[in-house]
Order: sequence, then C-alpha cells, then structure tokens
Amino acid sequence: MAETETDFQRELGAHGLIDPMETHARREHPSAKEYIRIFVILVVFTSIEVSIWYVRQQMGGWYLPVLFPLMVAKFSLVVLWFMHLRFDDRRFSRFFLMGLAGAVTLYFIVLLTFRTFLR
Amino acid sequence: MVDAAITKKHDEHETTTGLPHTKLAMWLFLSSECLLFGALITTYVLYRNASIKGPYPNEIFDIAYTSVSSFVLLTSSLTMVLSVNAAQLRDWPRMRLWLLTTAMLGMTFVGGQVYEFTSFYREGLAITTNLFGTTFYTLTGFHGVHVTVGILMLLSLVAMSFADRLGDEPAFAVEMVGLYWHFVDIVWIVIFTVVYLIPTSGPHK
Repeated sequence: MAETETDFQRELGAHGLIDPMETHARREHPSAKEYIRIFVILVVFTSIEVSIWYVRQQMGGWYLPVLFPLMVAKFSLVVLWFMHLRFDDRRFSRFFLMGLAGAVTLYFIVLLTFRTFLR
Repeated sequence: MVDAAITKKHDEHETTTGLPHTKLAMWLFLSSECLLFGALITTYVLYRNASIKGPYPNEIFDIAYTSVSSFVLLTSSLTMVLSVNAAQLRDWPRMRLWLLTTAMLGMTFVGGQVYEFTSFYREGLAITTNLFGTTFYTLTGFHGVHVTVGILMLLSLVAMSFADRLGDEPAFAVEMVGLYWHFVDIVWIVIFTVVYLIPTSGPHK
C-alpha cells in the first residue's frame, strides 16, 4: 500500500502536480515497538533527571548543564516521534517551530531585560 | 494513471495548501499555546526568588512524589500514541482500550495534582501567600486544566467511537486529540525541570 502511494506520488511529482517532498506524510509512522523503545529512553532520561537532583550539591556547577540537555532531549523525542513531526510534512514542523522559537526568543529577552540570570 | 491522479489530486487536495486544514490549525493552536505557557513559565522564573516570606519551594516540594506524577503523564503519552497506532490499523477495540487507559492515567495525574495543591495549602502556601504561590498555582493550575480538557476529549472520543460518530477517518480524529495530549506532556516536561528540579534560593532542606 505504501509502495503504491509512493509510486502514485512519484507520478504526480513527475507531472508537476505536487512537490514530492510536500506530501501530508513524508514517511510511514513508526510501529508500536518503536514507540515503546522511545518511551524507555524517556523513562531513562527522567530517571537520570530525578537521580541527579538528589546529588545536585555534589555536582556543583555541572547540575544545570546536565539537566537542561535532558529536558530538551525528552521534549524533542516526544515532538519528533510521538507527535510525528519527524514523519509528517515539513510545513507542520514550521508552524510549530514558528510559535516555539517566537516564545523562546520573546521570553528570553524578557528575562534578560529583568536581569534574571544575574541574580 | 495521470487522469486518475488528477482526479485523486482533486479529491484529496481540496485545501489550498494540500494539507488537512484541521491538522494545520491544530499545529497553529499548539504553536500559540507555546506563547501562553512560555508567558506563565517566564513569570514563574522571574519571581521564583522574589518572595519575601515562605513557604519557599525547597521547603514544600516533594520531588519523589512529583516524579511519580511525571512518570504517569509520560506513560499516558505512550498509551496515547499506541491508540493512534491502533486507530491507523483500524483495530477499534484496542484503540478504545488505549484511549481509556490514557484517560485513566490523566485522571491519576490530575488527582495527584489536587492532592499536591491540598497538601501545599495545609503547609501554608495559598495563591495569595507570596509571589512563589501566585506564579506556581497559576502555572501548574493552567496545566492541570489543560490535562482535564484532554481527558474530556479522550472520553468523548471513546463515546463517539461506540456511537460510530467519528466520521470517515476515525484515526485522524484520534491523531488530533493525540497531538493535544502530547503537547500537554511536553509542557509538563519543561515545568518539571524548570519549576521542580532547578534549585531556588531560600531555606534549603
């Protein structure tokens, strides 16, 4: 079925009817097994986050540099796999990134303005 | 083949973008939600160390308890995506099972939040006690309301699937609710780190 759709889309692309990369789903969504694999990674990352909270005093300045990448990784895994942005049309990603980047930029400027990072 | 292609293109791409506008609107909505939660999280960060009287975060947060809540919400994301997967495979009984499991996990999370709020209140932290209380309850309260709305959407999906009222593409409807649910999960991923795991000034345990 997927192969038929690919051929179909290729045919449309060959006649200039669509951009082959601008289809609703760029790739097939993952299987249940892959979702479970992603979930295990998320659980491991969360466990690391919680574990390092208990040893944050000993970690000193390393605590936040370890914590933030874990948060970003978890966020990205959910968005890319569970929300299918990795597999769906790129325009959906652009829509979401527009708001996300706007929010991060805007509020980072607000925090800088109030010198939050210097306190 | 080309004629068929044109016919199919005409049928499938009724929208000007060639994409389902419902899904596009959902992503736009989630994009705007980033701004909403961004404002609430920023306000919390801005005032996190500004309270002039307690209770302070380090005095009342129970990280072990909140971690369990986080695992519950994380698990609900898995069950949600499994229900989308079942819907795409047109396995309706499994889809309903995972939807109900997701709703149950969501209810567990909200119940946990209500318990947490109650215990914080008993320890002297009301919404008007200090800046920490105001920003904390507003942020996590808004998130809790979003989870509650998500639960209602999940239960509606189950009821509509039993009544056979999910339209021609039930998987699409489940996927849309799934996007909302996962968004609620990613917001919690940020809240859990920024609010609970980042130490604040004030008396430490």
